[in-house]
Amino acid sequence: MSIHGLIYKGIDQVKGPLVIMRGVPGAAYEEVVRIYSEDGREWFGQVLEAGRDKIVIQVLGDTEGLDSNVMVRFTGTTLKIPVSDEMLGRVFNGAGEPIDGGPKIRADDIRDINGAPINPAKRDYPDEFIETGLSAIDGMLSLVRGQKLPIFSEAGLPHNEVAAQVARQAVVPGKAERFSIVFAAIGLKYDDVLYFRRQFEEFGALSRSILFLNLANDPVIERITTPRVALTAAEYLAFDLGMDVLVIITDMTNYCEALRELSSAREEVPSRKGYPGYMYSDLASIYERAGRIIGRPGSITFMPILTMPGGDLTHPIPDLTGYITEGQIFLDLDLHNRGIYPPINVLPSLSRLMKDGIGPGKTREDHKEVSDQLYAAYSQGTKARELVQIVGEAGLSPREKLYLEFARRFEREFVAQGFRERRSIEETLEIAWDILSILPEAELTRISEKTISKYHPKRRAAARVE
Amino acid sequence: MSELIYEKKGVIVHIKGPVVIAEGMRGARIREVVYVGDERLIGEIVRIEGDKAIIQVYEPTGGVKSGEPVERTGEPLSAELGPGLLGQVLDGLGRPLEVIAEEAGGPFITRGIKALTLPRDKKWHFTPLKRVGDEVVSGDVLGTVPEGSIIHKIMLPPTIEKAKILEIVPEGDYTIEEPIAIVEHIGGKEEIRMYHKWPVRTPRPFKEKLAPVELLVTGQRVIDTFFPIVKGGTSAVPGGFGTGKTVTLHQISKWADADVVVYVGCGERGNEMTDLLHTFPKLVDPKSGRPLLERSVLIANTSNMPVPAREASIFMGITYAEYYRDMGLHVVLTADSTSRWAEALRELSSRLEEIPSERGYPAYLPDYIASFYERAGRIKVSGDRDELGSVAVIGAVSPSGGDLNEPVTQHTMRYVGAFWALDKDLAFKRHFPSINWLRSFSKYTSGLKNWWIDNTGHDMMAYRDKAMDLLQRASSLEEVARVVGEAALSDENRLVLLSAELIKEGFLVQNAYHEVDTYCSPKKQALLLKTLLEFYDRTRPMIDAGVPISRIAEMRSLGALRRLKFIPEEEFEDAVKEALAQLESEISSLLAEVR
Ligand SMILES: Nc1ncnc2c1ncn2[C@@H]1O[C@H](COP(=O)(O)OP(=O)(O)O)[C@@H](O)[C@H]1O
Ligand SMILES: [Mg+2]
Repeated sequence: MSIHGLIYKGIDQVKGPLVIMRGVPGAAYEEVVRIYSEDGREWFGQVLEAGRDKIVIQVLGDTEGLDSNVMVRFTGTTLKIPVSDEMLGRVFNGAGEPIDGGPKIRADDIRDINGAPINPAKRDYPDEFIETGLSAIDGMLSLVRGQKLPIFSEAGLPHNEVAAQVARQAVVPGKAERFSIVFAAIGLKYDDVLYFRRQFEEFGALSRSILFLNLANDPVIERITTPRVALTAAEYLAFDLGMDVLVIITDMTNYCEALRELSSAREEVPSRKGYPGYMYSDLASIYERAGRIIGRPGSITFMPILTMPGGDLTHPIPDLTGYITEGQIFLDLDLHNRGIYPPINVLPSLSRLMKDGIGPGKTREDHKEVSDQLYAAYSQGTKARELVQIVGEAGLSPREKLYLEFARRFEREFVAQGFRERRSIEETLEIAWDILSILPEAELTRISEKTISKYHPKRRAAARVE
Repeated sequence: MSELIYEKKGVIVHIKGPVVIAEGMRGARIREVVYVGDERLIGEIVRIEGDKAIIQVYEPTGGVKSGEPVERTGEPLSAELGPGLLGQVLDGLGRPLEVIAEEAGGPFITRGIKALTLPRDKKWHFTPLKRVGDEVVSGDVLGTVPEGSIIHKIMLPPTIEKAKILEIVPEGDYTIEEPIAIVEHIGGKEEIRMYHKWPVRTPRPFKEKLAPVELLVTGQRVIDTFFPIVKGGTSAVPGGFGTGKTVTLHQISKWADADVVVYVGCGERGNEMTDLLHTFPKLVDPKSGRPLLERSVLIANTSNMPVPAREASIFMGITYAEYYRDMGLHVVLTADSTSRWAEALRELSSRLEEIPSERGYPAYLPDYIASFYERAGRIKVSGDRDELGSVAVIGAVSPSGGDLNEPVTQHTMRYVGAFWALDKDLAFKRHFPSINWLRSFSKYTSGLKNWWIDNTGHDMMAYRDKAMDLLQRASSLEEVARVVGEAALSDENRLVLLSAELIKEGFLVQNAYHEVDTYCSPKKQALLLKTLLEFYDRTRPMIDAGVPISRIAEMRSLGALRRLKFIPEEEFEDAVKEALAQLESEISSLLAEVR
């Protein structure tokens, strides 16, 4: 006996976003249901618990007006959306329905929004450098095609600008084609959405973008579907149509909060700070959809944005994210307050895939060593700066003073740059050498003698004199 | 009246995520494997209530309905053990990922795929070691086949205690399904094949457990010298994200002087497995001269793959490890990350509505962790042979918020012999491996004094103590310097800081991606540490002679000493001599200046 396509009248109980029905055998786990009220209103829901005696449906959207007289139709399928290249240039809501007044999408295929895990043996290792034109990223946190690299930010910091600048400037050297953009807003203010829209428009990317919008006043529950819908579209563009797709999703913090809300409505045992114990796996099912696949030309490069509650890196949202993503770009309030744009603090930042994306033939042979040395020296510099707070600059040793100066120049000349400034990787490395050259050569222990003799400005100047 | 006590098939009555309840399951056993629903998803019975079985399903259950069947297999979750494991890349249930891809017809993992671990069509060259009429006991070697970089011993399985050989095949090529012998035991006659199955949650038997005494050389200086692990030992690597857990485990699985390596990627990144898959075939095992992949079994159950299978993957891995151990081999198992494994347990426990203990973990978490680490060890193998085998277990721990006071780290700490506490501050500075020398420990150091003397000619553990003393003194001085500034310290104290800095940069920091630095032999480690320690001994009298610390810090030989680690083994001794000579000459000229 199958009830699919069958319609039931009457439900037993509504409890927050959950609807409980009894005596409805044969409902499938995660099956989509549609609920209609007598006055013609409609809801959308999903089976959360499928029992012979009792089923629990989670309703997407506001449950106001939902009473025991509603009709429930079981659709016999899990949550799916139509995908096609017609989606490019269009705007959708968090459930994947067009909201730009344009026509419906003619589906090339219908896909489950949860996707399926990529077989690890079929992944292609991401190792192609993406030049973003931002020195802090290219020089110290190189992004590669198919990487998932989030921006960890705080309210009030220019994460939108950094993401927009990356979207505008990113190219894979030697590849003519630009990135297609899949942008998803989760619980965002309209202003923020407008900002991205205008940016994409300005640099002519709208026609190669798909926008999925769940605004602050849209149903909380759709925050759960928004990133999945967006990634389903991205997977289609990347792995069926062979495009290089840059996915920007903001703000993942709103996603996690929606997940927490849902979990508490289900009365689940919470883990840290009220977030569910399965949040790690849930986030992984989103973030791990980035990547490259053997034998397929496209890729998904994923730059989610999240705001750290209270700027706390150990908060469950950034913490679990950092455990899954391939590094993080950390925006720093202190740098921002000192007028540094982009306010990227490279020390807590990381790109795990950098090692195979840089070096001879990709960027430059000295890149790795230079970056290592910059990290080591900048960390000495920040240590010296902390000391200044306590003992004053006069209390520093000459070596500490030198590192203090290094940190200052590193922030002002290397990290800081204009919103419209695009630096090539050569320019980035030149600036790096310039600042490194204020240190004695014996301090450059992360750089080999060979590299120093070839690239150190003083050595090159000496060579010119000869 | 007769009573129904056994039913072969049940019916699903409830589905909630990975937990499914079926009725009509009389006679089913805990831990029995079942096939769930029309798509025959793989599941395992975790609890029985009357004729109801509560099943944990290892595949996503979306679309499964009540009323669908549940089929019993009568068998517990088992590993297939035989030639053909080495070089494999498996999921948490032992299914080869390549076969899954073929069956799925694409790069995404679909449901309901059944795939056997060992290839059935491959022929192995079998050489018998026993003859008709021989009496054998479990663990006895019936014959051997070459597999990858090892000689694979075909043993009488632990399930047969004692038997007599009735028939055995002559030397030749056979598949694992072809019987290679017929034996007779108490239960009757039985055909023996080159493989057998073993329930993954049951430790494999052995004759005797012995104290581990031999260094497991990892080629990672801070580990081998400061916090060593031994063959058959255990170690945990806790640390927040980005502190270097995975790189540490990758380094060990590449460089450890083991015969077989089992790498379990449990609930971690897909690309990290891909990274191994790309590098292992290219790297050469220095011992056998063959690709590293041929001594390895990789298990990949990444974070986006079904959570319950994480739980199984660790047991699957340790069973493979024990199997090779039983051949008299030294095996290393690395698990990244045991926290994801414990979390899978937590998730199941909460779905079963068990009473949560600390942080939502079930009260039996400690036993569970212990049951894993206890399967490590150095043992005398079963059977009539005098051989030793070992399994060393190294587990990453991913504490939430990087806080080592959480239950998984705390309980793990009690069961391991070495503990490599990774430090976020060191990682931010790119001091890798970020093993904190004040918070880590190894219980094996005292037993290794002679190993170092015998194998390198150096009393390395004495050097270690000396270096540790410098590092500890430096650490307390740094506390002071943080308040008053380094400039306010005496020259004598600043020399301690400088010398400790040299140990850190020149010895502790080791770049996994540097051609030479990635591996450092024990001999090189010993000579390097001895040389760096000499710096302090030689410069200490200069302070009394009145040479200012700033002049000592500027010595060019200091740069040479810091970079010594990058010199390849062949040129190393000469480089050390040269650096020391340079040091001496700088010292004498500085002393001459003050005189
Ligand atoms: N021994 C090492 N040598 C060089 N870099 C390292 C080393 N260990 C860690 N790293 C750096 O740290 C990053 C994070 O290391 P990883 O092992 O992935 O951390 P975790 O598993 O703890 O999150 C790596 O991508 C690499 O850049
Ligand atoms: Mg890791």
